[in-house]
Amino acid sequence: MNKVKSIRKDWDLIESFIDNKKRILDVGCGEGDLIEQLQKNLNAKTHGIEMNGEMTQKAIAKGLNVIQGDAENDLGQYSNQSFDYVILSQTLQAMMKPKQILTELLRIGSKAIVSFPNFGHWKIRLQLLLSGKMPVTESLPFAWYDTPNIHFFTIKDFQNLCEEMNIVIEKSIGLTSKGKQFPIKDNFSFANVFTHEAIFLLSYQNFEPIKIKTSNKVFVKNSAIVS
Amino acid sequence: MIEAKLNTNKERDCEIASFKNVNLKLSSGNILKNFDIAYKTFGKLNIDKSNAILICHALTGDQYVTGLNPITGKDGWWSRMVGPNKPIDTNKFFVICSNVLGGCAGSTGPKELDPIDKKIYGGNFPSVTIKDMVKAQVYLIDALKINKLFSVVGGSMGAMQALQWSIDYPDRIETIIHIAGALKHSAQNIAFHEVGRQAIMNDPLWHKGNYILKGSIPERGLSVARMIAHITYLSENAMHRKFGRKLQSRDIISFGFDADFQIESYLRYQGRSFVERFDANSYLYLTRAMDYFDHADSYKKSIKFSQNPNNHIRYLIVSFTSDWLFPTFENKIIVETLNYLSKKVSFLEIETDKGHDSFLLNEPDLDFVTRGFLEANL
Repeated sequence: MNKVKSIRKDWDLIESFIDNKKRILDVGCGEGDLIEQLQKNLNAKTHGIEMNGEMTQKAIAKGLNVIQGDAENDLGQYSNQSFDYVILSQTLQAMMKPKQILTELLRIGSKAIVSFPNFGHWKIRLQLLLSGKMPVTESLPFAWYDTPNIHFFTIKDFQNLCEEMNIVIEKSIGLTSKGKQFPIKDNFSFANVFTHEAIFLLSYQNFEPIKIKTSNKVFVKNSAIVS
Repeated sequence: MIEAKLNTNKERDCEIASFKNVNLKLSSGNILKNFDIAYKTFGKLNIDKSNAILICHALTGDQYVTGLNPITGKDGWWSRMVGPNKPIDTNKFFVICSNVLGGCAGSTGPKELDPIDKKIYGGNFPSVTIKDMVKAQVYLIDALKINKLFSVVGGSMGAMQALQWSIDYPDRIETIIHIAGALKHSAQNIAFHEVGRQAIMNDPLWHKGNYILKGSIPERGLSVARMIAHITYLSENAMHRKFGRKLQSRDIISFGFDADFQIESYLRYQGRSFVERFDANSYLYLTRAMDYFDHADSYKKSIKFSQNPNNHIRYLIVSFTSDWLFPTFENKIIVETLNYLSKKVSFLEIETDKGHDSFLLNEPDLDFVTRGFLEANL
């Protein structure tokens, strides 16, 4: 129950990151409820990928454009910058090559929205410290030997990776296990301890197009003004 | 607009659209001055004519998609999919199914009379392609005064036609459902077809295609062709599950060449019953049409630089895990191309051991996604 609620919270936050009438790809879209919501509320043009056949069917039967496939093998088919936003919700930790996936997300989309469970949450730290065993929590409810989550990382780890990859964190919001949200600032340690689930809006350096007017021509140039 | 005569043929229990002096130019360069298309419709066309679905049949199909087939005396080939309250619901949709050009259930084909010299075409029938079949279907849709089809649906050779519609006439369709097809007929598929054709052409009763004039039928050749083809429609697992090494009407092997095994007896039966309903020449022409189907190199360009708008089309591509004739990866190439071009595409791979024939069999997942896709987009 708790999980469904928190996923919905996650979705409303994701929606708040997105402008109207944008092209959106949801990687791991399940039955397509999030993209359906974005289509209704934001007039978005949406596509989805889902690994599970039964969920894919249900999404297609809602009239959504959804293909059966997975993030590790099927992102290559989308052309460069063909979406405004690519969403990867609660999946990065289950990927074989998370870094490659991030690169793909920002190749396909001009912005990426990534959410993940924070392994730096105090409950997880405490469990490992006290019991000396791999933590099992509500958001990471699997034993170490049968978990789909093969790459655990904390907010701090993720921020470092973004920096290394020259990815700009445009927005980042943390959710506590009670569903309370707060912006993740440079105040690393606080957010990293209390964030249960983190949502990041990512892009590469922003270039603002400037219009150059000459007597008879107007042309647009991508100049290196960082917003 | 071209005038067509639409007549009911009581004997065949279907409609025949006759096109006269239309000079249908075929891909081969040959011209059919006149041609007929046999078809059936189910359900009602709504007032704004927005609920018409064209169903394209596979290699050995016909216009009797649902209801009783007067040729076989059995239910239509897709009656589990099409009908009132079925996944393609004829209470909601106006369904059209026509026999392809080159077929043998009433449309112009090698079995019919050449209206000019009043002789049966036989081996003189011009070669037809999938593109030609679709071109002829457009005449029919025009004659029915339908401007835009809500969907074109087909499996196997039917999927090839659906794909061809989306390439040649994108402005005349809203959606396609492409089940177990490919951009091209593979070398392996051509190889199987060739064995089938050789079986027919090596039957002494074939008479270079003019067997009807000689009063004979190359039954043996055609039934062997069907037996070979039938193997390709199944999968090893399904065959094992259904037949295994079970013996037919006997407890011990015969040490001879009778149909000892159930699978042999089954294939013999398939071959035998096929010759009762299908024309050997049609089989040659239609397998050839499939062999010639090839959009492998041109598809991306055809879609990207289409003369007519195609951004509105919604595509549903379906494949089956155990289909080795039109395997998932072949279907996925279409999906990947469409995604690359940012088209509205959905794709599902259905898990089943029933092989290529799955699209004709009881596959609840196919029913669900077909109904859902059509009704959600109506």
